[in-house]
Amino acid sequence: MNYPANADELGLCLCHGCGQACDLSSGAHACNRCGAAIHRRKANAIARGWAFLLAALVFYIPANLLPVMHTEMLGSGSESTIGGGVLEFWEAGAWDIALIIFIASVGVPAIKFFSLGLLLFTAQHRSTWACRQRSQLYRFVELIGYWSMLDVMVVALVAALVQLRGLGTIEPRVGILFFGMVVVLTMLSAMSFDPRLIWDSHANEGRPH
Amino acid sequence: MTQPQDLIICEYCNTVYQRAPLLKHQRALCLRCGGVLYRHTSLTIEQRLALSVTGGILLVFANAYPVMTIGMQGLTHSATLWDAVQILSQGSITFIALVMALSIIFAPLLQIVLLCWVLSFALAGQRAPGFALCMRGLESLRPWSMLEVCLLGAMVAVIKLAGLLDVIPGIGLLALAALSMLIIHIAGKDIRDLWVQV
Repeated sequence: MNYPANADELGLCLCHGCGQACDLSSGAHACNRCGAAIHRRKANAIARGWAFLLAALVFYIPANLLPVMHTEMLGSGSESTIGGGVLEFWEAGAWDIALIIFIASVGVPAIKFFSLGLLLFTAQHRSTWACRQRSQLYRFVELIGYWSMLDVMVVALVAALVQLRGLGTIEPRVGILFFGMVVVLTMLSAMSFDPRLIWDSHANEGRPH
Repeated sequence: MTQPQDLIICEYCNTVYQRAPLLKHQRALCLRCGGVLYRHTSLTIEQRLALSVTGGILLVFANAYPVMTIGMQGLTHSATLWDAVQILSQGSITFIALVMALSIIFAPLLQIVLLCWVLSFALAGQRAPGFALCMRGLESLRPWSMLEVCLLGAMVAVIKLAGLLDVIPGIGLLALAALSMLIIHIAGKDIRDLWVQV
């Protein structure tokens, strides 16, 4: 199948600020409509992508090991981790809630680590393998990106609510900071990656067929 | 020569297309990578402005009223969105309070303010002062506005606490639910059409 022309071949470039097709032939470095700087590809996409992703992986360890919440109920205190929260729901029989939290706090980050790693690795090695599917994978990562903030929101709301002096208090603990950092860093990693890199090796081998 | 605004470049694979008019509920997909190029805009400027003002009112309710109230043995305690941000700001984890404040309070607030500003001028057929800056602001705020995640979080929190205490959802929760859906609808990628309309 023959595809329409590539923007590079036509001397055009997409502006990320407003979505305009900018003409590069005049040597412009900024979009003439919104003024944002235009780049043929995002600068250092692969290096930045890896940097954010590796930082996120490092933070993922304390995020799971350190407690995210400290519960003080009727005089007895306990600390809970993210995994502990899922188990608690599971054992109480609320398997559906356990599943939602499990997906948001373990599933989504794991999928993001794997997918971003795969995208960065294949783009770095100029792979022509499954371009369309990798493109879809990128859009999927973009879509699920921020849902792992769920845990942070739950902890914040629960801790803000349960402040009954004498009966029970819940306080956030440092684990939630690391967990939030993981989410922010993976989002930054996905934003710095340029999905157009997936197709570049295709274009270099002449017109696709 | 076709005008630049008639051309559309796929942001995922750089393929160039000519923009074609779409019918209601239609969207244009990229042939090569399958990504969405653009969707039919079902909102007129008047409708979008009206919804933005509604969003502003909901925003006030979502922030001014408690999201939930808990009760146990006669003691009650309620929390607003700001309380949830504040509880994170104590101790060594302040950074995450900033992320939280941005994602559930400041990003939605700025989105609504910018939309109202840009659209009220667009209604009169003019570009608002600082139009380009506002439009770029709206683009970069979109990924950081996470009210819908907060809504799901509030629901999980209700279920988490319901076994231990009495939990009463507040007006803030209703406003939060409505506002999160509204923002997805009015601050999506289709606001880029404003560049051509005014």
